[in-house]
Amino acid sequence: MSLSSSDFKYVSNLVRAQSAIVLESGKEYLVESRLAPLAKAEGLDSVEDVVRRLRREPRGEIVDLVVEAMTTNETLFFRDNHPFQSLREEVLPRVIERNAATKSLSIWCAASSSGQEPYSLCMLLRDHFPELSNWNVRIIASDISKSMLRRVKTGSYSQLEVNRGLPAKMLVKYFSKDGATWQISPELIKMLELREINLCKSWPVLPSFDIVMIRNVLIYFDNETKREIMGKIRGLLKPGGFMFLGGSETTINLDDAFARVRQGATWAYQVAG
Amino acid sequence: MNVLVIDDSRAMRTILSGILKAIGFEVFEAADGKEGLSQMEAVADVALALVDWNMPEMNGFEFVQAVRALDDYSATKLMMVTTETEMDQVVMALDAGADEYVMKPFTRDVIMEKLELLGISLD
Ligand SMILES: C[S@@+](CC[C@H](N)C(=O)[O-])C[C@H]1O[C@@H](n2cnc3c(N)ncnc32)[C@H](O)[C@@H]1O
Repeated sequence: MSLSSSDFKYVSNLVRAQSAIVLESGKEYLVESRLAPLAKAEGLDSVEDVVRRLRREPRGEIVDLVVEAMTTNETLFFRDNHPFQSLREEVLPRVIERNAATKSLSIWCAASSSGQEPYSLCMLLRDHFPELSNWNVRIIASDISKSMLRRVKTGSYSQLEVNRGLPAKMLVKYFSKDGATWQISPELIKMLELREINLCKSWPVLPSFDIVMIRNVLIYFDNETKREIMGKIRGLLKPGGFMFLGGSETTINLDDAFARVRQGATWAYQVAG
Repeated sequence: MNVLVIDDSRAMRTILSGILKAIGFEVFEAADGKEGLSQMEAVADVALALVDWNMPEMNGFEFVQAVRALDDYSATKLMMVTTETEMDQVVMALDAGADEYVMKPFTRDVIMEKLELLGISLD
């Protein structure tokens, strides 16, 4: 049973309007495989029934559920490793020196999924920058997905999740085991300020940031949306602040007001000039 | 680069060896800790050993202790790959000198990501 092209168009238009995520034709299989579990969870017989409900309740809760189902939440601790190495060796020492007078540090993880990225950052700060203990450190972790934000808040991970990218030394130091799940320490959970932010809609009032991690999310958007988001981030970065993108993302040919700068093992982006 | 896979399950050795060979490592195998130690001696420069915990003769924990007691192998990275998943065991292995720890079951990605953490280059 496959989705009719009008149903597919309806879903892809809605998802794009709500989240900027682009579902080109050919992604019918993706819509079906993502919405089938949702149909089941909602007690509906089929994906067609989900679309029917969407058409009937275009402002209903079903809209958020469909959008969430269409987000890709794949993530892991210390993803790609080198950005974190660069944060530890280059970027954070520099920012800390620069902010020594104000003793404040602000970081935004702008698509934090189930939390592995912001928690990697927390562990790194704890492990390598103990001098921050009397600083005002503000780490905002945001995502469009309510269910992902709930996961960040509980800080519980499966065995497969802690197997991925997390150094065993950090597992031992920052987690406890509770049955089959691994629970991150409450101290780290307290370090994060969680916000529901849809990157393609208007943003709430945000502070200015020393570092913005917006990794592996722009890839889902069209160029216009990418440009708009990059422009807004430029407006939020403190002078000399750094933006980190995912491995396959760049500002080049999209926003030339950003300069790509080598930071040790990886590239980061700073407002040019 | 030379890598040693120590596991008493031949199927498991085949899986791990397959992953490692595919990215260009020279892979050697051993079925228990004791055989692992003789392989360490026979094969020059083992950069990494993947070590199961529960094995006859000499288990993986004992293997780690034995290797870490010898200065010759201080450059060899040791990674446990085991069904033992209690916190105490992870702590024990790290204290004995293991560098990383993978809990079975794992995927290929898990192994690749751990190699990256260990700074083991894939060329
Ligand atoms: C692949 S994950 C990336 C997670 C993490 N940053 C990393 O690099 O591992 C993409 C995340 O972007 C979120 N996302 C998708 N569209 C979004 C939007 N319009 N606004 C905010 N977050 C969005 C998804 O919910 C998902 O959690």
